[in-house]
Amino acid sequence: MSATAAKRPIEPFLWALFSAGGVISALLVPGLLLLFGVVLPLGWVDPPDHAHLLAVLRHPVTRLVLLALCVLGLFHWAHRFRYTLYDGLQLERHKELIGLFCYGGAVVGSFLAAGLLLQAM
Amino acid sequence: MSENVEYGGYYARWHRPRVSRLWWLRRRSYLVFVLRELSCVFVAWFVVFLLLLVHAVSSGEREYQRFLDLSANPWMLALNVVALCFVLFHTITWFALTPQAIVVRLRGRRVPGRAILVLSYLAWAAVSAVMAWVILG
Repeated sequence: MSATAAKRPIEPFLWALFSAGGVISALLVPGLLLLFGVVLPLGWVDPPDHAHLLAVLRHPVTRLVLLALCVLGLFHWAHRFRYTLYDGLQLERHKELIGLFCYGGAVVGSFLAAGLLLQAM
Repeated sequence: MSENVEYGGYYARWHRPRVSRLWWLRRRSYLVFVLRELSCVFVAWFVVFLLLLVHAVSSGEREYQRFLDLSANPWMLALNVVALCFVLFHTITWFALTPQAIVVRLRGRRVPGRAILVLSYLAWAAVSAVMAWVILG
C-alpha cells in the first residue's frame, strides 16, 4: 500500500465512488440531458404527458437508477473537482476546506436526492 | 551547524517550485486536461436539473408544466447546450481511458482495448435508446 493510501484509508473508497460515478454518468447523462435539456425545450419532440412520466418515476427500478446516478454523480464531481481546485488553482494549502466543501456537498446532495425520490412515491 | 548532518530520504519535500495559477493556459494539452476535469461540474449541474424535474413531476401537472417552461428559457437552454458538450466530452474521454484502466480477461486471454471501447459505445447507445423509449413511451 502506498504511503498516502496508508495515511488516508478512505482514499481508495472515494476513488471507487468517483470511478463508478464516471461510468454511470458517462452512460446516462448525455441521453437524458439531450432529451430534457435540448430536444423537448426546442419542441423537436412533444413532451411526454405528466401521467406517463409520473408512472415511470414511480417505478422502483427508475428510482433506484436515478438515486444511484445522483449519489455517484455527486461523488464523481466531489472527487474530481477537489483535484481540479488543488492543481488548477494551486490551492493545496486549503485542503481541509476544499475537502469539506466537495464531499460535504456530495453527502448533503445525496440525502436531498433520496428525499426527493422518496417523495415521488 | 554540525559537520555530521544526517540526510534522510526526503529531499523532495524541500524543493517546491512555484507554479503559476494559469499554468493550464500554457499548452493545448493542459487546457484539454482542465476542460475534461471541469466536465464534472456539469455532471453535478445535471444532478440538480434532474432533481428539479423529479420534484416537478411528483408535485403535479402544473409544476411539471412550469419545469417545461423553465427549461425552454433561453438562458437555461444555453446552459444545457454547454453542459451537453461537456458531458459528451466526459463520456468520450472516459471511454477512451477505460481500456487503459482495466484489464478484462476472457478464458485466460486479455480482451483487446479496442473491443472494450466498442462495447462501451454499444452499451451507451443501448442505454440511451432504452431511456428514450421508456420516457417518450
